[in-house]
Parts: sequence; structure tokens; C-alpha cells
Amino acid sequence: MSEPSGSLLRTSLYDVHVEAGAKMVPFAGYEMPVQYAGVIDEHNAVRGAAGLFDVSHMGEFEAEGPGAGAFFHRLFTNNVKKLGEGVVLYTAMCREEGGIVDDLTVYRLGTERYMAVVNAANIEKDWEWMSSHKEGGDLNFRNVSGETGLLALQGPRSEEILSAVISGGGELGAITYYTAAMRNPAGCEVLVSRTGYTGEDGFELYCAAGDAPHLWRELMAAGASKGLKPCGLGARDTLRTEMKFALYGNDIDETTNPLESGLGWVVKFKAGDFIGRDALMALREKGLSRKLVGFEMVDRGIPRHGAPILIDGKPGGVVTSGTMSPSLGKAIGIGYVPISHSKEGSHIEVDIRGKARAAKVVKTPFYRKGED
Amino acid sequence: MEYPAGLKYSREHEWVKLEGSVALVGITDFAQSELGDVVYVELPEAGAEVEANNTFGVVESVKAVSDLYAPVSGTVAEVNQQLNDEPELVNSDPFEDGWMLRIEMSDASEVDGLLDADEYKAFVEEESA
Repeated sequence: MSEPSGSLLRTSLYDVHVEAGAKMVPFAGYEMPVQYAGVIDEHNAVRGAAGLFDVSHMGEFEAEGPGAGAFFHRLFTNNVKKLGEGVVLYTAMCREEGGIVDDLTVYRLGTERYMAVVNAANIEKDWEWMSSHKEGGDLNFRNVSGETGLLALQGPRSEEILSAVISGGGELGAITYYTAAMRNPAGCEVLVSRTGYTGEDGFELYCAAGDAPHLWRELMAAGASKGLKPCGLGARDTLRTEMKFALYGNDIDETTNPLESGLGWVVKFKAGDFIGRDALMALREKGLSRKLVGFEMVDRGIPRHGAPILIDGKPGGVVTSGTMSPSLGKAIGIGYVPISHSKEGSHIEVDIRGKARAAKVVKTPFYRKGED
Repeated sequence: MEYPAGLKYSREHEWVKLEGSVALVGITDFAQSELGDVVYVELPEAGAEVEANNTFGVVESVKAVSDLYAPVSGTVAEVNQQLNDEPELVNSDPFEDGWMLRIEMSDASEVDGLLDADEYKAFVEEESA
């Protein structure tokens, strides 16, 4: 998956996207589909039926050997030790100072075999950071990003659609939320993971990069009559924003820590030592100064990444993500505010094009199934 | 892509329909298709002064914010309030229900600097080639 066009990489699905009429844009060093028919249509397809995303640009690292578990455990804030075979874990990875290197999912694929799935923009950085902590570990650590294809099939009809391309149906009910197992959809060897980034039921499908176009076409053919639509990064962003799922580079980065960014639930202080533990403990003792919250606009306007948040008329925070929510029909945002204004119902303002506009902190996720 | 004859067009992808000394203004079919789903439009109030080639508002799609440029100078006589609640009219009907402003022109000769439908079509094809 590395045919360069200028300096941009392409996934193995590039031709499939172009054929389907996708609008391609640069993203994290890749030429990726931002939309096919339209962001809102695609968003609604995922909430109401199903959508298929190419996320092959994401990075996959495998660690195998007697030292693999301990290696990952030390790197990640969540408890890798308790991870059973076939189970998936969402986690942060921090610097010693507590800043977030990346957020990622970890898979235990076998007794001594693990996989970490990292953000595309961070592949090189993560690889360097993780490799530098391999010292003495008895393990084989490999970057398999280039040879791995990844499709995300998301939405309430996902199981039905995936099942239709597996001979015998695949007994997908056995793959519960945040677990993964091998199956053979469309005759391909696929790690089927019941995970996603949309707030809907669905699967992430890891396969050989070369198999991805065939798998994509078979799924589209099986799903066409069930409302399945190809979806781009635009819908991926509106869907994850409605769930207040953090996007690395927007909501979290090395200047933010997991405690203030709402990822405290993946920091397991009691699970033993991990990189950044001391710094995060100290932060917790001292108390946080700001928090990543969800808010909705009271005045007109759409909050966008980088817009200042005003507290009592003065700059006091920053918008990290914002959009018009297709499911809710209102403008929503995510941003850092002082602890004093982080409670649900707090009044804040967002500086949009030089004008202060009222907003209020709300409960998240913004979108809850069945309440729209 | 539609390029209705009889309208005038700016290089910033706004169209103008002349109604005597008043210019009816909106964005073109090409512009709305480039933007994608329009979810928010911010326009000046009636009575505001606008100046040719200066911004008079913004149009936002799900992903992007774009400035709107006045094709002619004058005073805003009327604003399409319907776009507050139905910004998607800019996509579905850019030349009719998706109109944005009525401008009472201060210098009607500015219209001469705009493109006609054929010229604008050629301009778009060149720009997107």
C-alpha cells in the first residue's frame, strides 16, 4: 500500500474509491476518500443501516514472544496484563511527563502474540518510541502496517451484511463487543473485531492489503440492498464527534494528558508500572486545571478546531473539534475549559470570527441511540 | 453542472440576477458542489453596506468554512432568512430558493466586470482542469 503519488501514499483500495466517485483528499500522508455521495447521507447510513470505510492507512504493529505482554504493558496506560486472548483494549500511550504519544487499540492475538493499532499520522513516531523501549525484551516486534488492509463496517445492519459474505454465516454472535476472532468473509483470511469509531455496532476487518479490494466489493454487493453505503473520512469525523471520541491531533496530543482529556478510564494506576505513571499520579494529586468537555451552541455558528473559548469574556480555553451534528441537527463542539466551567450546564462562549457566541457544556456522548 | 443563461457570474463563484437597480445574489451550482453539504450560512443584516470583492458572510459545509464575496457594491435590501433553518437549499436549488442577498447597487457599472454564463463556464473548466 505504498504507491506514491507525489509524496502521498495510497491504500490498496485507491482504485475502488475512485471508481465509486470518491472525492480524494490528503490525510495523514495518504490520499483518502473524504466523501462519496455526501457526508450527511453517509453519516445517516451508518446510524440507520450500515457504512463501509477504508481505514487501511492506520498502523499495525505486532509483538510476539515471551516478553511481548510485558513490553506492551509498560508502554500503555491500560492494563495489558489482564487482556485475555481474543480481547481488545483501548488505551493511551504516554511520555514520561504524561503527554499523550497516541491513543490506540491493543489486541491479544495469541498467548504471546499482541497487535497495537495506531493512528496513521503517528506510525513513525510510535514505532520509534515503542522500539526504543524494547531493550532486553524477548520478543519480535514488527511494523505490519504496509501489508495490512483495514475496513470498518459500521452500523446496525453490519452483522447481517458481514454474515452474508461468510459461508455458514460465521457465527458472529460469538464475537462480542471489544473481542476479535478469525473468520473467512469473501474467502479471505480476516481478523474480525467488534470495534469501531462511530458509536454503532459494527466490525473492523483486518486482512492482507491485497485482499482488501475483493473484500470491499463483496461487502458492498451483499449490503447494497440493506442500505450499505461507502463512507469517507467526513462521515467518520461527524460520527465520532457525536460520540465525543477523541481524535489524535485534534482533541489530544503530546501537550495534553489522559486525565484532562477524558481518558482517565484507560489509566490503570493499580495495574503496575507504565510509562508516565508517576507524572499522572502527581497530576491527579495536584488536581486538574482543565478538562475536555462537550458543548452545544446556544447562539448560531459552528465551533471549529482552534477557536478560542471565552470564560466571562476572556480567553479561557480552546475548541478542539466541532461540527454541525447530522443526527441532532445542532452545532456541537469539544474543547478544553477550566475545571470551574467543566460541569454540565456551565455557560461558556466561543469566539467565532471575532464574535462571542453563547454555548453550554452538555452531557456526552452527544448522541445516544434511540433518543434522536 | 448548471450555468443558467441570463445571469452574471463572479470569479469567486457567486451569481447575480439583475432586477433593475437591485442585484439578487447567490452561489453557483459549481460552488455548492465543491462545498458539499451546506449546513450553515451567515449573512449580513438588511441595511448593511457591502463592497464588491469583499467578504459579506460565510457558508459552511460539514467540513469547511468558506467566505462569501460580494460581486457588486451597495446596501443589503433583503436577506434570505429561510437559509437560517434550511441551509441545504443552497445545495438543492442554488439559483432559486438558495439565493442569499438582494443588494441595492451603488454602482451598476460594476456588473460589466462580471462574466456571462459561457465565460463563467470556461473559467470553471479551466480552474478545475
